[in-house]
Amino acid sequence: MEAWSQVLSLTLVAAAIRSATPILYPALAGIFCERSGILNIALEGVMLISAFTAVVGSYYTGSAWIGVLCAIAAGVLTSLIHAFMCINMRADQAIVGTGINILGAGLPSFLLLKLFGSQGISPIVERIAEWRVPILADLPVIGPVLGTQGPLVYLCLIMVPVSWFVLFKTPFGLRLRAVGENPRAAETVGVSVYRMRYAGVMISGVLAALGGAFLSVSYLAQFVKLMTAGRGFIGLAAMIFGRWNPWGALFACLLFGFADAVQAAAQASNVPIAPQLLRTLPYVLTIIALVGAMGRAEPPAFVAKPYEKA
Amino acid sequence: MTQSRELRKTTTGTSRLNFLVGPMQFILGVLLAFVAGALFLFVFQEDPVEAYQALFKGAFGSKRYIAETLLSMTPLVFGGLAVALGFRCGLFNMGVEGQIVLGGMAAAYIGYAWDLPRVIHLPLAILGGAFAGGVWGAIPGYLKARHRIHEVITTIMLNYIVFQIAAYMIAVGGPMKADNELPVSPDILPTAQLVRIWEGTRMSAGIFIALVTAIVVWFFLFKTRLGYKMRAVGFSPSAAEYAGIKSRQMMVLAMFFSGALGGIAGAVEVLGLHYKFYAAFSPGYGWDAIAVALLGLLHPVGVVASAFLFGVLRSGSITMQAIAQISKDIVLVLTALIIFFTATNKTIRPILEGAIVRATSRQDKRKSET
Repeated sequence: MEAWSQVLSLTLVAAAIRSATPILYPALAGIFCERSGILNIALEGVMLISAFTAVVGSYYTGSAWIGVLCAIAAGVLTSLIHAFMCINMRADQAIVGTGINILGAGLPSFLLLKLFGSQGISPIVERIAEWRVPILADLPVIGPVLGTQGPLVYLCLIMVPVSWFVLFKTPFGLRLRAVGENPRAAETVGVSVYRMRYAGVMISGVLAALGGAFLSVSYLAQFVKLMTAGRGFIGLAAMIFGRWNPWGALFACLLFGFADAVQAAAQASNVPIAPQLLRTLPYVLTIIALVGAMGRAEPPAFVAKPYEKA
Repeated sequence: MTQSRELRKTTTGTSRLNFLVGPMQFILGVLLAFVAGALFLFVFQEDPVEAYQALFKGAFGSKRYIAETLLSMTPLVFGGLAVALGFRCGLFNMGVEGQIVLGGMAAAYIGYAWDLPRVIHLPLAILGGAFAGGVWGAIPGYLKARHRIHEVITTIMLNYIVFQIAAYMIAVGGPMKADNELPVSPDILPTAQLVRIWEGTRMSAGIFIALVTAIVVWFFLFKTRLGYKMRAVGFSPSAAEYAGIKSRQMMVLAMFFSGALGGIAGAVEVLGLHYKFYAAFSPGYGWDAIAVALLGLLHPVGVVASAFLFGVLRSGSITMQAIAQISKDIVLVLTALIIFFTATNKTIRPILEGAIVRATSRQDKRKSET
């Protein structure tokens, strides 16, 4: 009992937000992609490739921020392959996504041996330090929770209202959603389905890349083989649970982040449950959340359906 | 009969050589992947010729290497069949890796904990693995059928859960931990071990079980009523439903069979190769299995052929890493390239079919002229 009470604290909430970040990025990424009508199960692979690129950038320049930029470039490049296959080649989107995930598992390992001569982990690199936000950090309750987090955490939280605004309050967002709901009608009124879908996949590439970079140069300071550990997929589940809406996704990610933080804290404070079994918690919760969410969650009507120009 | 065949020929523009389209797609996919892989190696300043030489030496260089190739091929046949069977019913089983691990775990438990005569023990251990994998596969099948949850997410989540359970089982204090300092299960009793069939190598009879299973799956899919129903659901669940097929039931059943095939893969690995269970006994066969199924065009014959190819890649890449200092994970890059290629099947198939129709009609014309 005492062990459990140690687990629950304000630092736990702070840890939950930190754990939610690498899920929230791919969740938002998935929203942009699927709203435009492209199924995105490639997020895991994009995150892995970006996480690795961030470390490479940080290693060679000594600046973690340049690492983040490299990660974004890698995310965009990988997403270009994804977009080209799904949009121009009209390939099966689930299969292309799987290909990118397998590429994400293999390419970093290949380059790890090539660049650093190591298997499985990279050298330690420069990481992005936490910010102590003035005023915010001094507030009671909020201070210990939100006052001292990594910049990429703040950026992620800011991306929630930004994504919501872009998707639901701008003409661009309307067009993006239109090509996911009814591409033929959108094309008829002059919206380029291909261009909007490219935009959706590219934005998702940038967001997923930020999620990958957060893991490797902020949360940790190195690349570890398969370090995303399914977060790209959990992000997708959060997207569904949040009904393809950034606010809903935020809520879902905080829930998953909390589960992750609880299992990590429980391991640290000797709760009498095997650590391996505790580690299953986020995954079990994901499945339960999906069972709860489905039925009331409807995906964009034309997601995963290739579009042929009229 | 001949008349209807004639009719079909004229209406769909197919040809008697149409059966060649599949193999052509297969060969084209392999060639393109190797060419693209060579370019990839070239870009990263590796010598593709040296790399591929080392790869093939590692796959065929000696009796032991050939045996290792066939050993890697074995779980890939089962895994490829698992993915193919799921796809035939419209389901993407990404959980084969987890089903392999769980199947291996169950088979190992039966293999070391139960004391039975050989004729019962070995089949029971394999069936136990199949059942464990089947149940693990049926869960996403049920969630898809009942709650319309995309099976890709659930199968992946179940993978992570099973990896942790596996680690727990053989960790210190775990229920399957052997009485030594290693994170492994106790040794499997001889009565549950698959026999080794090639002296001086690790080759077991598993490859024959795999080939027989491929025939059984072929028969099931194309010659039984149940297989037909599953494929009907794969074509169109609503149309199948309209024809009186309970599509939800088919989905759960297909995922059970698919998972069971994955489970057998794990069981055969554990009973025929390792003789004990440990957490990372599968080097990612479940992921290769997806590419195996897709490259094999979801047909058992194609699956066996592409499982052989991936067996070559798997066993050859280990030697390649040792000789040429190229990470064996280059195989994953090749796998991804092959998957990208197969994803465009819809675009490529009509082109090949058209080429064949043109070729045969030219030949026919020549024949009628002489």
